[in-house]
Amino acid sequence: MTALQHVKLGTYYVVHLPEADDFDFWRERARALVQCDVPPDRIAWVEPGGSGDLFAHGERRMPVPPMDAKPVRANRRFVSLAKNTILHSDPERFALLYRLLWRLQSNPRMMEDKADLDVRRVEELDKNVRRDSHKMHAFVRFRLVESEDEEVGEHYVAWFEPEHHILRANAGFFMRRFSNMRWSILTPRGSLHWDTETMSEGPPAERHDAPGGDPMEDLWRTYYASIFNPARLKIGAMLKEMPKKYWKNMPEAALIPDLIAGAQGREAKMVEKGALEFEERPDTLEAIDKAIHGCRKCPIGQLDNHAVMGEGPQDASLMIVGEQPGDQEDQIGRPFVGPAGQLLDAHLEKVGIDRRAAYVTNAVKHFKYVQRGKRRLHQNPGAKEIDTCRWWIESEREIVKPKLVLAMGASAARSVLGKTVSITKVRGAPIALEDGSELWVTAHPSYLLRLEGPAREEQARLFDADLAAVRQRLEELA
Amino acid sequence: MAAQTVLQKLEILADAAKYDASCASSGTAKKNSLGGRGIGSTEGMGICHAYAPDGRCISLLKILLTNHCVFDCHYCVNRKSSNVARARFTPQEVVDLTLAFYRRNYIEGLFLSSGIVKNSNHTMEQIVEVARILREEHDFRGYIHLKTIPEADPEIVHQAGLYADRVSINVELPTDSGLTRLAPDKDARQIEGAMGKVKSDLVEAKDARKRFKHAPRFAPAGQSTQMIVGADAATDADIVGKASRLYDNFRLRRVYYSAFSPIPDASAVLPLKRPPLIREHRLYQSDWLMRFYGYKPTDVMQATEADGNLPLDIDPKLAWALKFREAFPVDVNRASKEQLLRVPGLGVKAVGKILASRRHRALRLDDVALLTQSITKVRPFIVTVDWRPITLTDRADLRSLLAPRTEQLELFAA
Ligand code: SF4
Repeated sequence: MTALQHVKLGTYYVVHLPEADDFDFWRERARALVQCDVPPDRIAWVEPGGSGDLFAHGERRMPVPPMDAKPVRANRRFVSLAKNTILHSDPERFALLYRLLWRLQSNPRMMEDKADLDVRRVEELDKNVRRDSHKMHAFVRFRLVESEDEEVGEHYVAWFEPEHHILRANAGFFMRRFSNMRWSILTPRGSLHWDTETMSEGPPAERHDAPGGDPMEDLWRTYYASIFNPARLKIGAMLKEMPKKYWKNMPEAALIPDLIAGAQGREAKMVEKGALEFEERPDTLEAIDKAIHGCRKCPIGQLDNHAVMGEGPQDASLMIVGEQPGDQEDQIGRPFVGPAGQLLDAHLEKVGIDRRAAYVTNAVKHFKYVQRGKRRLHQNPGAKEIDTCRWWIESEREIVKPKLVLAMGASAARSVLGKTVSITKVRGAPIALEDGSELWVTAHPSYLLRLEGPAREEQARLFDADLAAVRQRLEELA
Repeated sequence: MAAQTVLQKLEILADAAKYDASCASSGTAKKNSLGGRGIGSTEGMGICHAYAPDGRCISLLKILLTNHCVFDCHYCVNRKSSNVARARFTPQEVVDLTLAFYRRNYIEGLFLSSGIVKNSNHTMEQIVEVARILREEHDFRGYIHLKTIPEADPEIVHQAGLYADRVSINVELPTDSGLTRLAPDKDARQIEGAMGKVKSDLVEAKDARKRFKHAPRFAPAGQSTQMIVGADAATDADIVGKASRLYDNFRLRRVYYSAFSPIPDASAVLPLKRPPLIREHRLYQSDWLMRFYGYKPTDVMQATEADGNLPLDIDPKLAWALKFREAFPVDVNRASKEQLLRVPGLGVKAVGKILASRRHRALRLDDVALLTQSITKVRPFIVTVDWRPITLTDRADLRSLLAPRTEQLELFAA
């Protein structure tokens, strides 16, 4: 007995599915139809609300498979694809799946042929559904509804518009994630309700059934706007992952047009506030001299003062770095000419270093002071000011290329090293610098000026010892 | 000054976190809140809950506990000497925000980082406290990523790993000299030491779980790190070399690259120009080649140009292929998977489809076109039943034929 005896030749069948996402029902019917050898083009699959016009007078009674009908075979790949594809909103999906199932009987490995048009189509539908599910996990936004009924407590309600019949299939995800929270997800295709113990399904809903806002949304929008880096605008990448069709139910999406419009301006501001617009590094000492006189990169430059350039031979093997020009240096326009400079000269002479052979300069090029009556009181530069001015001293170092740098005081050391060090800890021994030269650190002569009696003697001795060590090292390096 | 509201703090502390490249929330142990008191689940794949106009996904509440910092790293907007507005959350405030956002399905969890206040241990303790409250008091089962402070006591860092899904320690810069120069308060050895400790904690915890089912989990999503690109002179070859050493030595899950971005109140030590974003992109592509395409770090280094950098106008795979033209064309009907994976324009998925389909039919150019994104890119490098490129791979101008037009290069014109 063959199947054909059970199926009237030329008969069309109409299968009405009870639910759009009822995979089990489809599988039952499809299996029977395959066993009865009904070709794909003789079946109309009709989902609720769909029309079966084409075969209006088709047979509604299913054929009965013969007792000895061969089992219908489908591999695991097909089954998992079919389960998911059923959720698609394309009315053709049932027929497509049936056609594949039908063809699988004679070619069991057909699913591997990725160039086959049916295989490609079903994979595409599957991908659409998976994407829609994924976007549902991502883009559902719950809003809190506080109930007057104490017993009931908090209820979280979301409105979502899925593209496919994915609601039921994704109930588990939300249940596992929000299991101790009472929530509802309302959609135009039906609704889900979880009361922390049981899941129930409800009829399709409309947008106004869901709450219109939530106080947390202000915070969320603030977060969304702040975490976005305007220097990296990539609108295409955003649209690809968050297509506009989802935007209307996401509270943060309303900000997007303004964020995009404002991005260039915000970036420009960031850059302006940030990047100090140093031009190319000057390549002569004269150019540096000229540039620092126009420099206003830090607040010191805004004071009423003049920049003071370093001085000494361009090929000096020793560079001496002080902190900043003082009142007299500022007026005369040369480094180390005031009291501290005179003290330095005396000590250099004592240990046998020729100041004229050294390049003498300062970490900070302008004089920082506060005005007290007629007097300008010296002020220490801040870390930020030193770091800003570093641009210039680095340029000087690049041109002079000293073998040894002697930094006097913490500010000078910071401008060479980029970090603050403790003088007592690092004095008396060389620190290797990136460019192959070495740094020695000692106190600033103005520090000696502030001391008196034995303390001053002690510091003067240490200072001499540091200078002597530098002299010796210079001889070794020569 | 009037006390800041949570909203004001959030504005400052999320803004301060926007330079951080990492955001992933995947690859952790599966968990859900059924049978618990709280909320949260992780199902392997992380979910991007929104995308910002910079194209980056938002999956976690990524914030700083505070942007006050005792350190003075030049590339960092939060460094001590910078003039930005400062704010500080209490651990409880971060917990409340995380839970409120999570309940509304805005996020997958929390990514908490912080400036260093008082000292490293104090800061690390505060970070751990946030995670502790979430996990223990609220039975929160969502994703937690904690940025750890390398200088902190290893015991406290270990605590972090017990609460978190992932921990990360930033190497910050690709070279030690770059670190010394730009992050004078940080120490490369200490950073790598901390990574090593996390790695041994990971290994130990895994081992323990094999033997005792209830041994505590330790950072099931592993550890990651971030490197700033373009702030120092390191070349792409240096960077790829560094990344691969880190992958090998510390079993990192991910190395993130963050193109040095203009920061407000920048330090004068930083370079004048920000590197093109495309450079960061090329580094991610090469990372991808190493993780999924079987490229060795040396392959990627060979793809760099004379200056040690990857070309910006073409992707690293194409750059490699153009340098090793003798390896092409490959016959899509016969070549091994490894060979196919080297063909520019063929992704892992396309290769899988080709391998499956060629058992059923001898593939023609049209078939391959159906399985790939763009056949034009692939064509010069393959042979099919009906197609063989004759002189194309020898053409000197092949690169210009395949490279996208330069106008499209900059993702965002500066
Ligand atoms: S002190 Fe230095 S950085 Fe500041 S304005 Fe003067 S030269 Fe420029």
